[in-house]
Amino acid sequence: MTTANAALFQASSLNHRNARVQSLYRMLFGLMTLMLIAPVLIILGTLIHKGGGAISWEFLFTAPTDGMRTGGVLPALLGTVWLVMVALLLSVPIGIFAAIYLSEYAGDNWFTRVINLAIINLAGVPSIVHALFGLGAFVIFFKFGTSILAASMTLAVMTMPVVIVATRESLQSVPLAFREACWNMGATRWQTIRKVVLPNSITGILTGVILEVSRTAGETAPIMFTGAVFFTPFLPQSVFDQTMALSLHLFVAATQVPGIAEEVPFGVALVLIGLVLLMNSASIAFRMWLRGKKKW
Amino acid sequence: MANSNTVPGAAVAAGGAGAFDRRDSDWYVDKAVQGLVFLCGISAIVFVLGIFIFVFKEGVGFIFHHMNVREFFLTPYWFPSDADDPEYGILALMAGTASVTGLAMLVAVPFSLGAAIYIAEFASGKTRETLKVLVELLAAIPSVVWGFIGLVIMNPLIIKWFDVPVGLCVLNAGIILGLMAAPIMTSIAEDALKAVPDRYREAAEAMGATRWQVTYKVVLPAAKNGLLGGVLLGVGRGFGETMAVLMATGHAVNIPDSVFDSVRALTATIAAELGETVVGGEHYQALFTIGILLFLVTFTVNLTADLIVRGIRKG
Repeated sequence: MTTANAALFQASSLNHRNARVQSLYRMLFGLMTLMLIAPVLIILGTLIHKGGGAISWEFLFTAPTDGMRTGGVLPALLGTVWLVMVALLLSVPIGIFAAIYLSEYAGDNWFTRVINLAIINLAGVPSIVHALFGLGAFVIFFKFGTSILAASMTLAVMTMPVVIVATRESLQSVPLAFREACWNMGATRWQTIRKVVLPNSITGILTGVILEVSRTAGETAPIMFTGAVFFTPFLPQSVFDQTMALSLHLFVAATQVPGIAEEVPFGVALVLIGLVLLMNSASIAFRMWLRGKKKW
Repeated sequence: MANSNTVPGAAVAAGGAGAFDRRDSDWYVDKAVQGLVFLCGISAIVFVLGIFIFVFKEGVGFIFHHMNVREFFLTPYWFPSDADDPEYGILALMAGTASVTGLAMLVAVPFSLGAAIYIAEFASGKTRETLKVLVELLAAIPSVVWGFIGLVIMNPLIIKWFDVPVGLCVLNAGIILGLMAAPIMTSIAEDALKAVPDRYREAAEAMGATRWQVTYKVVLPAAKNGLLGGVLLGVGRGFGETMAVLMATGHAVNIPDSVFDSVRALTATIAAELGETVVGGEHYQALFTIGILLFLVTFTVNLTADLIVRGIRKG
């Protein structure tokens, strides 16, 4: 009796083979994941190794000197801050309201589907086509000229899907019961959204906004012809000025300046990637903190 | 919503129909906000239409006055700045874009599917979270930084390893673009795998299947459409990528014979030449015509990807 039971629960040769195949595939896919991540980590290490020496307070807070061959990145850094701020001022309100429409008002019908498709396309159209749009629409048609305003508007249109998607997800994670309780007290739709839905999703929205900052700061093509310039000795004073930008500055320093000190473009790349990854990590950390404290 | 607290009869007695009228300031604010929210809701449609209209408006002159469809699509000669006889043939540019995107997908598709399967089906707990965060951070690296990496890190490596004179080529740009597209495809593919209900996996595991058997026989077939959609979106991304391709391909108008040939992509051509053109000139309009082409292709790719992904949700 006992022997029969033992045989019943003993792994057959088929089980053994399956287990071997299983661990083989597990290893294969694990290796693939590693090979996806490892090169990037090596590359980042190289950037830090070669550009780390260039980074200093002086590098961050002085202007380029000697025909951009030496010196710091201050005008580019400030220009990127300008571009991102103006783009955010434009895209965040519209993006949040668009997400409110999709989450709170829109029905499940063809029209909503068309809007969703438009959002996917807005995110999927090549950045250089956004640049052409910005040039044709904002620079030429609306006569903003090549300015921070035109460049930021182009960036805003391009990165709006980030805010919309993050906000919509955040709004939809608020349970319907919260809204129903509010409606039953006689509140209007907007009162419910403002007093109940938004306060319960604001942190999630913020995550999306931070993510958009990082996306916007890294874009190059859309600002090349709409407001960012290779070099200007002036810091921007208003939204109608042209400006330098960190991303374009990297392109210029890497390809257009002969005889540039080798660590300068590495330093610029490091500042840009540091800025972007810092923002992204902040957004991710924020999201994790949020998940840990959610009450429902 | 007309849910008044008063008893209907009493209201009529007290103030007639007026008591039911909830059009106070809150009501008007609500209606106004509804209008505003709707306007913002359709803004995405407006912007996509706007992109098409404005790019078309700037490029249309070329299409109707200068373009010879045969020459445009079927000749590889792109000499727009020749004063006497400018030539606008984008065959070589299309070949450049296609070769780089193709190689990138060859790199990215297997690795990102493998990584997605590992993250979604094999890894668990802390490992999974860490990998997901890493993939998300990789997806955030700006394209101009990738281009820089191709230029200063990959270029000397390719020259050294393969003993070729120039390292800015299809291989360089393909690998860079592959590394760029892989994180995005990984997270889309992982979403698609996660969308397969757990009860499918439980049912298969209850039958004694190993994790790999469950993945191969149950999860992958169920997630097929989502995975395909993810791959298509990755193709769209690679196709439309500009800065990295501009910096890593070598930017030479050329139909490639091998992966070590320098090429030039459609997107990069616009980025490199638009600055030197006269607004409204023939060359300027030709570049916008390429923009129209890029828009139409990515639009089609995105639409197809959406239809494929939605198909599974409906069925």
